[in-house]
Amino acid sequence: MASLNVNGKPYQADVDPRTPLLWVLRDSLGLTGTKYGCGIAQCGACTVHIDGVATRSCSVPVNMVSGKKITTIEGLAVNNVMTKVQKAWLDNEVPQCGYCQSGMIMAVSALLKDRPKPTDADIDAALTNICRCGTYQQIRQAIHAAAKA
Amino acid sequence: MNDMPKFDLPKFDRRSFLVGAAAATGGFSLGFNYMPDALAADATPEVNAWVVVKPDDTVVIRIARSEMGQGSLTGLAQMVAEELECDWSKVTWEYPTPGTNVARKRVWGNYNSTGSQSIRQSQEYVRKGGAIAREMLIQAAANEWKVPAGECTAANSVITHKGSRRKTTFGKVASAAGKLDPPKDVKLKDPKDWKLIGKPVKRLDTVDKLTGKQVYGIDIKLPGMVIAAIHDCPVNGGKLTSFDADKVKSMRGVKSVVRVSDSSVAVVADTFWNAKTALAALPKTWDLGENAKVSSATIADMLKEGLSADQAFVGNKTGDAPAALQGAAKKYEAVYSFPYLHHATMEPMNTTALYTADKCEVWCPTQNGEGALAAVAEAAGLPVDKCDVYKVHLGGGFGRRARTDYVTQAVKIAKEMPGTPVKLIWTREEDMTHCAYHPVTQCKMTGGFDAAGNLTALHMRISGQSILASLLPQALQNGMDPAVFQGLTPSAPEGNFGYTIPNVLIDHAMRNTHILAGFWRGVNLNHNAVYVESFMDELAKEAGQDPLEFRRKMLKPKHRAVLDAAAAKANYGKAPKGVFQGVAQIMGFGSYVAAVADVTVSPEGQLKILRIVGATDCGYAVNPAQIERQIAGSFVYGLTAMLYGECTVKDGAIEQTNFDSYNMMRIDEMPKVECIIMPSGGFWGGVGEPTIAVAAPAVLNAIFAATGKRIRDLPLMNHSLKSV
Repeated sequence: MASLNVNGKPYQADVDPRTPLLWVLRDSLGLTGTKYGCGIAQCGACTVHIDGVATRSCSVPVNMVSGKKITTIEGLAVNNVMTKVQKAWLDNEVPQCGYCQSGMIMAVSALLKDRPKPTDADIDAALTNICRCGTYQQIRQAIHAAAKA
Repeated sequence: MNDMPKFDLPKFDRRSFLVGAAAATGGFSLGFNYMPDALAADATPEVNAWVVVKPDDTVVIRIARSEMGQGSLTGLAQMVAEELECDWSKVTWEYPTPGTNVARKRVWGNYNSTGSQSIRQSQEYVRKGGAIAREMLIQAAANEWKVPAGECTAANSVITHKGSRRKTTFGKVASAAGKLDPPKDVKLKDPKDWKLIGKPVKRLDTVDKLTGKQVYGIDIKLPGMVIAAIHDCPVNGGKLTSFDADKVKSMRGVKSVVRVSDSSVAVVADTFWNAKTALAALPKTWDLGENAKVSSATIADMLKEGLSADQAFVGNKTGDAPAALQGAAKKYEAVYSFPYLHHATMEPMNTTALYTADKCEVWCPTQNGEGALAAVAEAAGLPVDKCDVYKVHLGGGFGRRARTDYVTQAVKIAKEMPGTPVKLIWTREEDMTHCAYHPVTQCKMTGGFDAAGNLTALHMRISGQSILASLLPQALQNGMDPAVFQGLTPSAPEGNFGYTIPNVLIDHAMRNTHILAGFWRGVNLNHNAVYVESFMDELAKEAGQDPLEFRRKMLKPKHRAVLDAAAAKANYGKAPKGVFQGVAQIMGFGSYVAAVADVTVSPEGQLKILRIVGATDCGYAVNPAQIERQIAGSFVYGLTAMLYGECTVKDGAIEQTNFDSYNMMRIDEMPKVECIIMPSGGFWGGVGEPTIAVAAPAVLNAIFAATGKRIRDLPLMNHSLKSV
């Protein structure tokens, strides 16, 4: 039995302790906003925050996160009010298919906490998530917009 | 924070999918919730097949084509709404199921979302659908007022009687309108009168993609559902000879081990992780068969032979190119190649199926709703009217989801456990290694000049794989695959060769392998453009001319216009010191496209693509904001392939298994993209694919300008640009 704190709520999940956090979130907790893309921490679609740090949940066994605070895309907003990153994504119409965008938004939200006014070089270095639709130009615009908001 | 948009709490139940997952989405933009049981399909009768207007004036537009990011859902809704004269702020949408389409004599037409066709090949009937609904709404109001319909007008969801100035809304008369006979014919607006078509309105489906609420196929959850992982033989044509289910049956969460086909086995469990873990532990033996002898090297040898083979299918013949080349004052030749590519949709293949003895229902991400329905019926062994497919948004399609192999598998597994919903999810590794790949080709280009340095003859010999031979052999024409000549035909409106040269021969030596070739976004246009546009640069150099000027003299007007526009915006010829430019143009999917790339290459060989300007003439531009995104995204797709894309074959199997061995461009390599949308009117071209084809040749030509190195074999990662 794994104990987790996700989006401020305690959960118990009856899973093998080696199960990646991603699949506990998706299949046990029903939080499907966090996406499976590669399973090997390459694409970033599964990015969540663990104690505030952007982390690829496909490669973190669930027994490593007990006692830590996990935030997923579903828990980013408070009282259903969008964060400035989500708002910038909406205003700049970033998503195409949208599948990678949960991970992008989680990665960028963590980046902006560390660097509230990131340069293009900061963005290039920090954001290694894959988007196959090719929304990178809109993502860059939205990051700068969120930093100004 | 108070000015931040609020959004609905995630809600998720099966019923919402039965009537169209989509309608719930629109609730946000309207600022209120739809309860699933209040959805249009349940509560409100339609005006006609395309339009439902609810009593509160909400307009639900039915969308038959699939949404996979390309934005055509919004464009199609714009076209219906343009003629309907409704209030755009009250528009939402839903997917009618393919089964309903069949039951209603295909009232929504074609469901295919491939070949950049969603808008251009449904534009007329969806506009008519909106116009007919408008006429019916007006007629219903006129009947109520007992006045001639001709004295009434509709605008912004309000119907007005001119004489009496009486007004009513669509929502008030929709119920009566739906009972009227539709008019037999309606006149569509002149394009100059469009108010909504041509406007960069916001997409109708953004919000849920920002909050985790958007439901993709992989997210489907049904009561009592189990999850399956599958392993198919790594070599196409091989067989699964045995497996030992007893070894894994007691593993955590495992429910069942199912032989799915001659070549595949699935493990069904309570969670995907448990299914995947047990599948990996399942002892299996394969008979890889004869195809295991095939490698990239044997394929390359076979294609090389085709470059000089006597027999070839002819796609474009003008004058007598072989004779003209024989008599040319100067001849120039170059050989190119283009590798297998995988689509790599971010969402791996998946399908959820629920089978009972008399019914089979499937939830799946598909570009081919009706094809998926046919696959369900066949795999279930049930008549089509006992089956249905509930479409959901796709996490990328790129042509991969036009196939239904994963749908068939899910139904076969579900058939083994009647009454239990089964969600089949492919691992990324299964996805990478079981695809129909962008075809592999080689190409020999030969050009001939006269004594004055004019290009008088061109022979283009393509040798390689045919997509139709792999996937649709019944579509071959006397053995020929006409699609291989995409962008190269003499005059086809879908994509004709832009250069006027006195003697042209373009032919194709078909060389197929056991690796399936498939429709990969941009399709055959991708390699055809690399070959033609790289070689035009080579010929320009041979002729001692500027690459742009050399092309301009031979290009047809519309092909030249997009190239000129891109060159002007890119300040072609006036690049700063150290920055080098390359150009390319092509026509495909009914549209004219061109690109100009600005690059730098360091002495160490580090390439930086600074900027790429893309110009598109798509005839009519329905939503310029979405077209810009398609152009930018097409550059990413094309440049990713140019930089890294290559699937290689060893012992009959594809070697690349995940993003660590099949690399993708990230944001740090993204050039600045500038778009020119220049619709010249009179035709309808697609925008989701053509620009991909000019991405690579524009950059390859710029690399040549920078380094003098001519890259003829993709991808670029196999070459060094270091100066010697």
